[in-house]
Amino acid sequence: MPVIAYPEGRKSWQRRTPRGQIAVWFGWLLAVAFTAFCWRVMTEGTIWAFVWDAPTQAADIGARMIPPRWSYFPTLLKPLWDTLNIATLGTLAAIALSVPVAFLAARNTTPSATFVRPLALFLIVASRSINSIIWALLLVAILGPGVLAGIIAIALRSIGFIGKLLYEAIEEIDESQVEAIRATGASGAQILAYGIVPQIMPAFAGISVFRWDINIRESTVLGLVGAGGIGLNLESSLNTLAWPQVTLILLVILATVVVSEWVSAKVRHAII
Amino acid sequence: MRAAPAAARRWRPPPLIANPWLRIAVLAGAALYLVLALGTVEVNWARLSDGWARGLRFVSGFLEPNFSRRWDDILQGMIESLSMTVTSTVVGIAISVPIGIGAARNLVPRPVYLLCRAIIAVSRSLQEIIVAILLVAMVGFGPFAGFLTLSFATIGFLSKLLAEDIEDIDPAPVEAIRATGTPWPSLIAFGVLPQVAPRLLGLSLYRLDINFRESAVVGIVGAGGIGATLNTAIDRYEFDSAAAILILIIAIVMASEYVSGLVRGWAK
Repeated sequence: MPVIAYPEGRKSWQRRTPRGQIAVWFGWLLAVAFTAFCWRVMTEGTIWAFVWDAPTQAADIGARMIPPRWSYFPTLLKPLWDTLNIATLGTLAAIALSVPVAFLAARNTTPSATFVRPLALFLIVASRSINSIIWALLLVAILGPGVLAGIIAIALRSIGFIGKLLYEAIEEIDESQVEAIRATGASGAQILAYGIVPQIMPAFAGISVFRWDINIRESTVLGLVGAGGIGLNLESSLNTLAWPQVTLILLVILATVVVSEWVSAKVRHAII
Repeated sequence: MRAAPAAARRWRPPPLIANPWLRIAVLAGAALYLVLALGTVEVNWARLSDGWARGLRFVSGFLEPNFSRRWDDILQGMIESLSMTVTSTVVGIAISVPIGIGAARNLVPRPVYLLCRAIIAVSRSLQEIIVAILLVAMVGFGPFAGFLTLSFATIGFLSKLLAEDIEDIDPAPVEAIRATGTPWPSLIAFGVLPQVAPRLLGLSLYRLDINFRESAVVGIVGAGGIGATLNTAIDRYEFDSAAAILILIIAIVMASEYVSGLVRGWAK
């Protein structure tokens, strides 16, 4: 423990040695310099007059947004139902696709750790790296606008999420139970069904509901790129500068997100 | 007691829902929902067969990505995205550490706790892309709007997880430091932060990763970054350029996950 002795005989405790202190200081210096550099690069093209003008703009938009146009609400019911379906069907499709991927990616269940596992891991990373809006953008270009593009976009993004958490859960199971089932002479499928699946079932259900909740949140904005749901109305209201409608849509989205979060928390609480 | 016939004694795993009526009702409800939901999915088969050719072009674009055609745009977008990611993560951390401390029930008086929790709730319930739309309307197009969006989103994420972490710390070191009669700031610096620092580092790296991925999204609505380039490429059906951008994003995310794994292992 570094203790600094002063000439007058007083001693003072220090958290780090002088050398350590310099190293930490230097690390911070580098971090600050790098951030400042990034700041310079980022703000190169920024027109500051617009930025300083932002409070005025915000007040202006705020004034236009109030009050919300409540009479628009009945029009939103169908898109809301579509949004719910995009999230739910997308999650179901993702579950169906991600379960095999997770079993292929888990170290203890993969058929081949050198060939299949890296491929499954790559699928998981690729799916996780691309946000569902970008998947939707692509799918709208390929399939045309509509709910179907939204469902597939949600499914593609969720494979990585569910797959990653599920394969981690599979790797953390208690091997002795698997061993016990194997000792009875069970086949590979039976080991899977009676040794592994019961152990990961709570985690699996929790992950799926959690992802469903995130998907509700994401599917509300997929319409911005044309993939169906309430986001379509948001897009058209924004384009026509119908700010009172925008307020109402944002409120509806907020309410949907809060409700889905509450449902998901309740269900996860009941499972675990 | 007489042994039941062998067939009847065959063991079955217990059903998930014990009550048979409830089980049937849940299954029937789920089936009904599926039928209704699938009924609303309009599939335009003519459009889909058109799309098939385009889908194949996209897949082949993935196999032969074209980095060169839009290289200048891609480079510019990537630089914007990366610089936006770094600055917004740093600013986000700087703001969320005090808010996270303020949102920990065991450290602060109740009014401060409620205020900080309210900030977190607002930041978490607004999605990045919606915030980005509003901010682009306020500060104009370009990466500055993206920077503000990502910083705002970082606050909700990081403060919440940090606060939960602080609420779980071992109270003994805090008590020991409080017993020396130290003022509140040193209590935080020596009793609380050392306990949560490794996890804060891990969360910050994770958020850096998320911010990079999100920086590709905010560009779609005009807030700068690689998303704008990607949007243009897809709008022009240049799937080979789009594939090149997606491959770059995936590669950067993979690299950053690898590095953050190393750093987290080293910090432990």
